[in-house]
Amino acid sequence: MNIEIKNIKKLIIGQSVELDCGKIIKDFPLAYETYGTLNKNKSNAILVFHALTGDQFVTNINPITKRVGWWKTAVGPGKAIDTNKYFIICANVLGGCMGSFGPKEINPETNKLFETTFPVITIKDMVKVQKYLLDYLGIKKLLAVAGGSMGGMQVLQFTSLYPDSSYAAIPIACSASHSAQNIALNELGRQAIMADPNWKKENSTPDKGLAVARMAAHITYLSKKELQEKFGRKLQDKGSLKFSFDADFQIESYLRYQGANFVDRFDANSYLYITRAMDYFDMEKQFNGNLSLAFKNTKSRFCVISFSSDWLYPTIENKEIVIALNACGANVGFVEINSDKGHDSFLLDVPEFLKTLSQFLDSTYNEINNEKRI
Amino acid sequence: MKLIMKKEFNVIAQIIKNNKRVLDIGCGDGTLMEYLKVNQQNDVRGLEPEKNLVQKCISKGLSVIEGDAEKELVQFPKKSFDYVVLSQTLQAFLYPEEVLKQLLRIGKQTIVSIPNFGYWKVRLHLLFKGTMPVTKNLPHEWYSTPNLHMCTIKDFVNFCKEKNITIDRSLCLTNEKISEITNNNMFYKNIFSQLGIFVIE
Repeated sequence: MNIEIKNIKKLIIGQSVELDCGKIIKDFPLAYETYGTLNKNKSNAILVFHALTGDQFVTNINPITKRVGWWKTAVGPGKAIDTNKYFIICANVLGGCMGSFGPKEINPETNKLFETTFPVITIKDMVKVQKYLLDYLGIKKLLAVAGGSMGGMQVLQFTSLYPDSSYAAIPIACSASHSAQNIALNELGRQAIMADPNWKKENSTPDKGLAVARMAAHITYLSKKELQEKFGRKLQDKGSLKFSFDADFQIESYLRYQGANFVDRFDANSYLYITRAMDYFDMEKQFNGNLSLAFKNTKSRFCVISFSSDWLYPTIENKEIVIALNACGANVGFVEINSDKGHDSFLLDVPEFLKTLSQFLDSTYNEINNEKRI
Repeated sequence: MKLIMKKEFNVIAQIIKNNKRVLDIGCGDGTLMEYLKVNQQNDVRGLEPEKNLVQKCISKGLSVIEGDAEKELVQFPKKSFDYVVLSQTLQAFLYPEEVLKQLLRIGKQTIVSIPNFGYWKVRLHLLFKGTMPVTKNLPHEWYSTPNLHMCTIKDFVNFCKEKNITIDRSLCLTNEKISEITNNNMFYKNIFSQLGIFVIE
């Protein structure tokens, strides 16, 4: 990671928080961003959880990376998560590298960067610390918690930990426990980083390893059909093979670009820690093999959304969440959106998805406000 | 809010009354669900195989799951709903008996409505035209009909007897008129009714 992070909102959490690994953290920063305006009775707040490589800058231009926010398709004025209507909060996850407490921070005890001495964190830890942000903002009950991929896992964990803290919950393209395939893919990324000779070397970053990790992961976010349609066997330039190992094919060049770009804005150790947290995520195990117990007390109304071409978090895994919710009598709706765009569908302009998202939020918002008027 | 819906749904809504937990199987665009929720304060869930209809329901603020009743019903716990509703869909299942078993397991009571294949127009159609009946209530041609297991009111009643399913109420609908079916009037009702509505457990 080469960019400097300054002038961002941070909450210093003074309370002691015991992490799942047993370590206790205290006085640590949680970087966050908000969009829109909190209404008088504080009933329009939506907590958005970001995915593996996301950050708190959901929409507009990210002031640090100068790129547009990761969920610009869904969040903004007049969009599905309408910033004219709702107050959107997003925090950089614990272990992240956009200002929150993570391996890129300085360990006050040693005055050195934490790097791999940072404690191993879990999705539960990430969620627990974000609750302090809600307390700080004075929000007792959210209108909704929403997120895709790892963001969806945080939605599930949040509703389980705080069953009466959100009217609605929208887990998108996620799973209640990371599959062997997903652990394998994450391990591939971690090994790429750890195999880079610059990893753990002073004053250097394992850029090559991190880029390879990103390239591999990026493939998993797309569908085969989309790759084929977008790139096929198209050649990069001149239309002829170069009989070398340069990027002959457009897809190669595209992936290299994705990898190279990523290392500028992401920390390799954060990548290790966050993928680990995802792999450790197993809500079923948290409740001794009975996932429905996780949602036993939930008062939230769920809308689970999956995408037909997502092979990373396929519909069947999303459906397991629905089944568990049904088994405990929770209020749940579910729809699989037809899309060729793979796992990344939730970040892209997929009209049916955005429509569902917007209408579900609207109906929830209207219902709550009608109830209050009565 | 005023909601206009077909007579059958009015009858079903009257049976259900207020403040009940209801599961609507094949809930379509959620018309009945919305009525039950808004006008009768029922806690309603739906199951619907068609994506676009599920999306419609979600947009109305209804909790509907996309899925096929033949596969999805096992996930619902025993007696988890006061009423399970199956409106004119039983005949379209590959294994209606299995679906019915699940409904009886999930619901304290189950409301099933069936298009009556014993209706006189249907009978006459087959008798005189000699082709598979196509009527207002059964508008499909034989080669494209979703209705795999048509039955008559009498068939359904006999089926319940055979399987030891208790019929709490049997109603029939003819040209928007509703009446009770009894052992005495069964012969006539089976000829003159377009739709049978049964409350079973």
